[in-house]
Amino acid sequence: MYNIKCDVAIVGGGPAGLAAAVSAKENGAEKVLIIERDSSLGGILQQCIHPGFGLTRFKEELTGPEYYSRFTAKTDELGVEYLLNSMVLEVDSENKQVICTNSEYGLTTVSAKSIVLAMGCRERTRANIVVPGTRPAGLYTAGSAQRLINRQNIMVGKKVVILGSGDIGMIMARRMTLEGAKVVMVVELMDYLAGLTRNRVQCLDDFGIPLKLAHTITAIEGKERVSGVKIAPVDENKKPIKEKEEFVECDTVLFSVGLIPENELTKKAGIEINRVTNGPTVDQYMQTTAPGIFACGNVVHVNDLVDNVSKESEVAGKYAAEYALGTLTKTVKEVAVQVGRNVRYLCPHKLNIGDKEQKVTLYFRVLFPENNVVLRALDGDKKIAKKKELRVNPGEMCSITVDALKITSNAITVEVVKEA
Amino acid sequence: MLKTNVVVIGAGAVGCAVARELSKYNVNVIVVDKNEDVGGDASKSNSAIIHTGYDATPGTLESQLVVAANPMYDEIVRDLDVPFKRIGAILPAITDEQFEKLPAIKEKAFKNHVYDVEFLTGEELLKIEPNLNPEVKGGLYIPRESIIDPFILVQALAENAYANGVEFMLNTRVTDIKTENGKIKSVITTAGEIETDYVINCAALYCDEIAAMVGKADYTVIPRKGQFYILDKNTSCQVEHIVLPIPTKVTKGKLMCPTIHGNMLVGPTAEDLPDKTDKSTTAEGLESIAIDVRNLVPNVNLRDTITQYCGLRPNRNPEGLHVDLYDDLKGYVNLSGVRSTGLTLSVAMGKYVVQQILTDGAGYTLKSNFIKTRKGIIKFSEQPREVQDKLIKEKPLYGNVVCRCETITEQEILEAIHRPLGAKSVDGVKRRVRAGMGRCQAGFCGPKVIEILARELNKDATEVTKHNAGSYMVTGKTRD
Repeated sequence: MYNIKCDVAIVGGGPAGLAAAVSAKENGAEKVLIIERDSSLGGILQQCIHPGFGLTRFKEELTGPEYYSRFTAKTDELGVEYLLNSMVLEVDSENKQVICTNSEYGLTTVSAKSIVLAMGCRERTRANIVVPGTRPAGLYTAGSAQRLINRQNIMVGKKVVILGSGDIGMIMARRMTLEGAKVVMVVELMDYLAGLTRNRVQCLDDFGIPLKLAHTITAIEGKERVSGVKIAPVDENKKPIKEKEEFVECDTVLFSVGLIPENELTKKAGIEINRVTNGPTVDQYMQTTAPGIFACGNVVHVNDLVDNVSKESEVAGKYAAEYALGTLTKTVKEVAVQVGRNVRYLCPHKLNIGDKEQKVTLYFRVLFPENNVVLRALDGDKKIAKKKELRVNPGEMCSITVDALKITSNAITVEVVKEA
Repeated sequence: MLKTNVVVIGAGAVGCAVARELSKYNVNVIVVDKNEDVGGDASKSNSAIIHTGYDATPGTLESQLVVAANPMYDEIVRDLDVPFKRIGAILPAITDEQFEKLPAIKEKAFKNHVYDVEFLTGEELLKIEPNLNPEVKGGLYIPRESIIDPFILVQALAENAYANGVEFMLNTRVTDIKTENGKIKSVITTAGEIETDYVINCAALYCDEIAAMVGKADYTVIPRKGQFYILDKNTSCQVEHIVLPIPTKVTKGKLMCPTIHGNMLVGPTAEDLPDKTDKSTTAEGLESIAIDVRNLVPNVNLRDTITQYCGLRPNRNPEGLHVDLYDDLKGYVNLSGVRSTGLTLSVAMGKYVVQQILTDGAGYTLKSNFIKTRKGIIKFSEQPREVQDKLIKEKPLYGNVVCRCETITEQEILEAIHRPLGAKSVDGVKRRVRAGMGRCQAGFCGPKVIEILARELNKDATEVTKHNAGSYMVTGKTRD
């Protein structure tokens, strides 16, 4: 078996892994190695050829490939090393080893001082949400269709129904239309949009694609290839109203019904997984419950903006470097992070407070949409941060920043309230 | 015109087992199937259990064949390299009413010569199966009930038959059978006419339609739909045995068991249908599985489902398994009523049918050079690390993992495509090496598998199908 030694090993060369690598290098780690299963770096951004990336970070609108190129330019400049076409089979959290395949070297063991998990997420499927009917050709997750179209130049169908109003679904509605397909409609179970409002405007409204809120697909039809779907409105319990079912002809169905952090390696490594996010439990250093194993990006929780992923991953990279160098601040006190009113989950899940000044940004999602609200953080019952928002909704991540050293109690709570 | 001695209609488990048994003799055999792959219908969508026959109707041919088949598997799976495990079944009685039925079930098992059935107390059952309903009063343990990879079983039988000279005509539909002077003359197919001495009808769901071609359809096939859930390998609530419900008068009921690859299988429903092609799952059917199985395993987590599927059992009306030869139609063998026990009894059926032909006077002699064994595709993910390293060094495409969820490499996919009777479609690849059978259901590997199939079969991507003709995966190139 081939052996490689490094300071920080990063599993995954997508936006999270790239940002973590740059940051680890900039924070003093000497040898930083990215292990990537694809034949090139960039991860899912390679197939995101549409613009809309980087508005927060670079104050300009970039395509996916343009966005990650800014990072690969940096990794090249800083001398970050990488192994491509290498599938990680196992992360040994105890010995800080990563075992991966590589066609050139054979099975390869990477021994590191710290490890960053940046495997991203996968798409929820038709079967996960149990859509009944037949199993013909022509059923794709939005992301696989996007890969076929944007990376393999292959069209998947001509007449399309899309289930789910997530960002990928809406972006694919536009993409399919631009490629000459007829997108019959986008069907959304909830009575509000799942993705970003700007995507509804730019991808559906601008192309006259109907959005059916509070509807679902009740059956897939077709024996060899999809011949159509049955759709129906849903009642307040999200149950389809059978009497109002109607048939919609199509040859393709795209599913954009949610993303799941991909944590098979994390679980096998014995790292604690948070039940709400399906990602590893992390502290403000993005360190998991296994010392020296960090995690960032969509493997921790699913983000809507890559800009946030980059920011969070820089945190992971920085502290992974500090861990490798032995300079990571010792924990003086543990503080729990708790969800308050209209908060579904928070990330990080806990704070390991040391004796150094640290601003900690807590990212979170709300449970339901609301207008004119105040986001606030409470230290015990003392308000330590607040922020006004005109509108919050589950599709768009919220954040609030607190001063870690000033926390006096053992738990901080984040809540969304109607008034200050 | 093609000429042969025996035409087997249907390349499911039974057809392939008959073909393999025939391939031990000096005889020319052609297997004809309408599907693009072997095991394309009932043999691919079932509960993947090798039964003991404990609950069959004593004295029937079905009972005899199932009971005879079960012990044959130890050798079959060794010779043909088929994933198989004798995990045993349990039959827990949850209510007093069910508890009272146990002695009769055990008695029936004994009448079927299944003597290793044992009674266990509720406590004993909970010890070996902690996720059972804690109210369990007691139950039966049936140690030789087993699980198998049904796809590999059929492929292995077919590949081994092929290695011994059997020809397979797939994508070929039988349209008529010609007879002459009370004797079989030829089989007309979409790929031409085949002159033959014998026709063996192993067409399962369609066996009545084949029988009608020679005027022997004194029965009909009523498809009985069975819907199933497959759960993630990581699902929180698992079982280690085949957990069977106590049957009612109406149905054998819905079970939960592990699959040979470590998923959980839950189902099936039993719904009689008019349409032999209706393989759709329904909200009502799936919901009924949830309700019933929670009686046995209360914490089963169906939200961990990674797929649902539906199979059609070829039930016979009037009921009963039949193997018929006819005095007024020499050379015709009709199999009917091969239903849910069909996968299990296939290997015994192969022997039984061939013996019937020999008794009939076919006069075939045994080959001296029969190849008894078949090797499957090496599973990279199941090898120790040193072997994995060696495999990659010998064949670098072992280093290229295509299916992340099941850790399936490009080399394995190439072998699935290029072996005899290899995969020609996305489902063909899936059923040989499991690419796309994991939790993401081909979300990641699907696009790559299309690319690999097109490249290896020298086709355009638009010609790559999911299964049969018409199931095209993609429609063309994007705009330039």
